[in-house]
Amino acid sequence: MTGFAEPGASRDGYGDALLDMAGDERVVVLEADLGKSTKSCHFRAKYPERTFCLGIAEQNMALVGAGLAESGKVPFASTFAIFSERAFEQFRNGIARTELVVHLCGSHGGMHTGQDGSSAQSTEDLGIFRTLPEVTVMTPSDRNSARSLTRKLLDHPKPSYTRTARNKTREIYTGEEAEALEIGKASVLRDGADASIIACGVMVERALEAADRLAERGVEATVIDMHTIKPIDREAIIRAASSGAIVTAEDHSVIGGLGSAVAEVLAEEAPTMMRMIGVRDKFGESGSPSDIMDKMGLTSENIASKVEDLLAK
Amino acid sequence: MPSVDLVEMGESAKRCRRRIVDMVYKAQSGHPGGSLSCIDILVSLYKGVMRFDPENPEWDDRDRFIMSKGHASPAVYSILRDLNVLTDEDLDGFRSMGSVCQGHVDRKWTRGVDFSAGSLGMGLSFGLGSALAARLDGSDRHTWVLLGDGEIQEGQIWEAAMATTHLEAGNITAIVDKNRIQNDNFVDEQMRVGDISSKFESFGWEVIEVDGHSLSDVTAALQRARGSGVATAIVADTVKGKGVSFMEDNPAFHGAAPNAEQYATAMEELA
Repeated sequence: MTGFAEPGASRDGYGDALLDMAGDERVVVLEADLGKSTKSCHFRAKYPERTFCLGIAEQNMALVGAGLAESGKVPFASTFAIFSERAFEQFRNGIARTELVVHLCGSHGGMHTGQDGSSAQSTEDLGIFRTLPEVTVMTPSDRNSARSLTRKLLDHPKPSYTRTARNKTREIYTGEEAEALEIGKASVLRDGADASIIACGVMVERALEAADRLAERGVEATVIDMHTIKPIDREAIIRAASSGAIVTAEDHSVIGGLGSAVAEVLAEEAPTMMRMIGVRDKFGESGSPSDIMDKMGLTSENIASKVEDLLAK
Repeated sequence: MPSVDLVEMGESAKRCRRRIVDMVYKAQSGHPGGSLSCIDILVSLYKGVMRFDPENPEWDDRDRFIMSKGHASPAVYSILRDLNVLTDEDLDGFRSMGSVCQGHVDRKWTRGVDFSAGSLGMGLSFGLGSALAARLDGSDRHTWVLLGDGEIQEGQIWEAAMATTHLEAGNITAIVDKNRIQNDNFVDEQMRVGDISSKFESFGWEVIEVDGHSLSDVTAALQRARGSGVATAIVADTVKGKGVSFMEDNPAFHGAAPNAEQYATAMEELA
């Protein structure tokens, strides 16, 4: 990693990582007319011969990636998270099923994308990609972790889907801390014996704020950044269950996403009282990211109050 | 055109037709019609044009063959058998549990298969990826994609057709097996695809129209396409079920196996 990134959005970290990996001639970048948004544009500017702009045609992009991968390239394709869903069956049949390693990044995921409104606010992507065998699914929490985890895909043996966010988040990791992250291994950001908050993506900063609020009220909570939704770190979840109270937090539907993935582990391994913060089976609307996140209950206060509800049981 | 042994190719096509009928009969499952319609194209490709080493089907710098209409898998298995990449036992397992001859062609299961198909409309995009990789590698390997005429109802085909010429990939050939029948009925009844040649031409492709059952004409067209340096679509007029009288031009044999009596008749006709 060359230097620390300025604070930014996780999509900036994706763009940084593509440049970091450019020295490897196998790396090729695919775009579907959203390179300025997903941040692959920086790679395109420096390496046009290894960048393929495929127009507004995500299904074609997925399979062009598969063809490149079959010939030994390592394709990094990106579009908006919502439009990655348009190529879902292509990703299933043309990539995951065939064991071809193509990395797809969906930016502008979740309610956090804000003003563009409900057509752009993908809250299903993590859930649907998680159902595919052999596919790694990630959602980093800040620019540095997005940069580091994307770089680690270069030698990752499986295809992947990574969701990034449009808007800036606070820096969760320094460049050095981010470098130590591993795909599939949860990151414990704070230790506390009373409860555990397992969060992903843009909800990690809210989880840390919630833990601060709780501490002021005398409750010590563990905060875990579950940046990899699949394969999920089962051991970390089982350890977190020892507190007896788990709250998950995601900018995603509670159906199929992080909360579901954690519940699946707990139900089998360590039944534990839990609450899920996420989108409750609803579509969003236009609004500033903070307004829409507030409306959907994706707030630090809501996380803290769910922890207190559980502790009051 | 470079010399090819048309007599041997004719014999090969006949052997392959028998294998196609045999596989589908033994499995009592599969797609004979569209396999028989494209087998002369596959024989022309593998025996007349393609850079492919049967002793080393994984060779990195081989031409790529993308069977996009993956249900015509018996055609692929039968030509790979003719080249001794597969064995008779492999073919006998067609569509049964654990067989290397899966229902739809699958690169994970079968040596010599480059693409995992079964969901129509994806192969031309994959082929474009193969062609772009060859260009990056500075290789003159060529990519061949076989499409069905029903298959091109899928919009993704036209996304790929547009991208191929936009990206100036000149090392790829699409062959349309125009057998005029799809799963439920005749293409013209289900969803007219119109003038296929002019559609490709409008996207900037070279187009060659050919009798898809003339081994010499198909081979000449493939050789011309390979040398043209521009994306070429070969629109091959074919007959669904070609070679078996009761399957010819018959939508019932898109995806149905012959019974014992029909099998005997078919093998007699293909003797």
